Amino acid sequence: MKPINAISGIAAPLLRNNVDTDAIIPSREIKKISKLGLADGLFAEWRYSSVQNRIPDQNFILNKDPFQKSVILLTGENFGCGSSREHAVWALQEWGIKAIIGKSFGSIFYNNCIRNGLLAITLEEKIISGLIKNVEENPSDNHIFIDLIKCSIQCCDKEIFFDIHEKDRSLLIEGLDEIEKVLIYKNNIDSFEADHKKIRPWL
Amino acid sequence: MGRTLFEKIWDKHVVESFDDDNDLIYIDRIFLHERTGSIALQSLHDRNIAVRNPKQVFATIDHIVDTIPGRDDETLMPSGKEFIKSLRSSAIRENINFFDLNTPEQGIGHVVSPEQGIALPGLTYICPDSHTCSLGALGTLAWGVGSSECEIALATNTLIKKKPKSIKVNVNGNVNDQVSAKDIVLYLISNYGANGADGSAVEFGGNVIDQMGIEARLTLCNMSVEFGAMTGIIQPDEKVFEYLRGKKYAPTLDQIQEAEKYWRKLKSDKDAEYSEIIDIDCDQVGTFVTWGTSPEHAIDLNEKIPTLNEIDDETKKDSAKKALEYMGLNEGETLMGKKIDAAFIGSCTNSRLSDLRIAASILKDKKVSNGVKAICVPGSSKVKKDAENEGLDEIFISAGFEWRESGCSMCFYAGGESFGLSERVISSTNRNFENRQGKSTRTHLASPATVAASAIKGTIAFPKDLKEDL
Repeated sequence: MKPINAISGIAAPLLRNNVDTDAIIPSREIKKISKLGLADGLFAEWRYSSVQNRIPDQNFILNKDPFQKSVILLTGENFGCGSSREHAVWALQEWGIKAIIGKSFGSIFYNNCIRNGLLAITLEEKIISGLIKNVEENPSDNHIFIDLIKCSIQCCDKEIFFDIHEKDRSLLIEGLDEIEKVLIYKNNIDSFEADHKKIRPWL
Repeated sequence: MGRTLFEKIWDKHVVESFDDDNDLIYIDRIFLHERTGSIALQSLHDRNIAVRNPKQVFATIDHIVDTIPGRDDETLMPSGKEFIKSLRSSAIRENINFFDLNTPEQGIGHVVSPEQGIALPGLTYICPDSHTCSLGALGTLAWGVGSSECEIALATNTLIKKKPKSIKVNVNGNVNDQVSAKDIVLYLISNYGANGADGSAVEFGGNVIDQMGIEARLTLCNMSVEFGAMTGIIQPDEKVFEYLRGKKYAPTLDQIQEAEKYWRKLKSDKDAEYSEIIDIDCDQVGTFVTWGTSPEHAIDLNEKIPTLNEIDDETKKDSAKKALEYMGLNEGETLMGKKIDAAFIGSCTNSRLSDLRIAASILKDKKVSNGVKAICVPGSSKVKKDAENEGLDEIFISAGFEWRESGCSMCFYAGGESFGLSERVISSTNRNFENRQGKSTRTHLASPATVAASAIKGTIAFPKDLKEDL
């Protein structure tokens, strides 16, 4: 996982509630046992007017100029709800999305984001609406700049601060592998496990 | 201050607490399926990391395997075979417990796990599948994770996690045989939203829950994730202990007394604090069916679909508008009498023996309406066998239902079987998302009884109307 300090670029408004992981990556777009090759299937049912022939639907935000180059998504409530498929995160990242700003996230999806270095930021809806307004005035130039060190978002000379759990922030900034991080505690796990199974032998 | 049941189980599994409110939590059980488990095991293997405790890991084939009788590794879904073969070879290599195709234990993970005694009260349990929360019905602290978190747990038997808040949902009132666990949970989600729980642990309690059977509790907890919960959990009681006795992976005879003694202590303190308490009066709950593309878009069949003017929130209004367009419905209309193209009974939500019995009681001596494609997919090979021993298969088949092998089947469209373009399906599953069951498929979530009644009428119908017809 690459360490992240800051993300900046074009932000695409996708202000819908309950965007589920089936919509982000339909099950039938997951064709291989791989974390790669998923960008093509991202939002397939919305992005293509013919999924089979891969004809882009020009009404879908990520097909419109300049949003084909988006690195940030601005969205509504409960983004990433539904299936636990981590392919949703892998597909978004491979397509080019580096951060998602939403009112709330599906909890499994949120964890999947952090573990893959995709920044997910929770903000109040009216603040997101404000950002969308700024972006829509001039999407090519009104980039959003996210500073993960300061926990701030800048757009059009405005600066907004956001909260993120310190553990999530440090995972993203350090780009640490969590298995290695956990294995620092291997001795503690071993002794916990031995006691745990002694007290509850049916485990 | 008292603690909740959820907190007590959590606290018993803390290996290490960190300064930033996170805990290193010990994971007792890991369950895998071919869809997401294959990549977790493969990815770990690629990094030359072994599964830490293979005996605590279980795997089954459920997600993309065909459910047509006579099936094998070949799947209608292109490349499905690769997922099956990959999981099988990883399972053998890592020496984990594996329920392969054509073994008596095979079935949908969340159906297999209780019936084999794998999920137990007081255990921590993860699976890279969002409906893992089903197992809270047994008092298991069970939740869905992604493949990466699953890899961490496979390698270390732990996860770093912040303890979420707890919400209590009390379900009280008179229980009547017209209202199922599915109706109750759709009522809950429609009233409080698809993210009503916002990542919390939801504890269900109340006299209605006390009276519910284990399988109905599994249905209720199954849809906790559709309520935005990390998990759902129910205090384990004598029914649970009785249910688990003698199951293959449950405590053995020499351990059972000790285990049950421990399980009996698993209850929330009277002064336990919840971030929110929701009271549901079961008398207010009718027959619930979804009209839109989120489980929160559900109504009592006696009511009408809301009009857009009734929705204050602009984003919600816009979602409802899109949902109505997708579903081919109008604001303010009723769902009752809406013509259906198909009826589906199956999935980790409603495919257990009690679900099939209820559906069969409605289907007996009746015929599915002309032109309605009706399919029943038992949740596990054991459910299928038990149902056949009772003759339920004959009732389904003579009514005009297809009787399938177990698996997740048409709960979602993975590229193999699906319902036809824009078909209207009444389904005992858990997700009515756009295109979930097929291209432009219009899914109406409902209880197995409502699905069975609608299959016979050919339109969305009350189960009780069918009973009156008898």
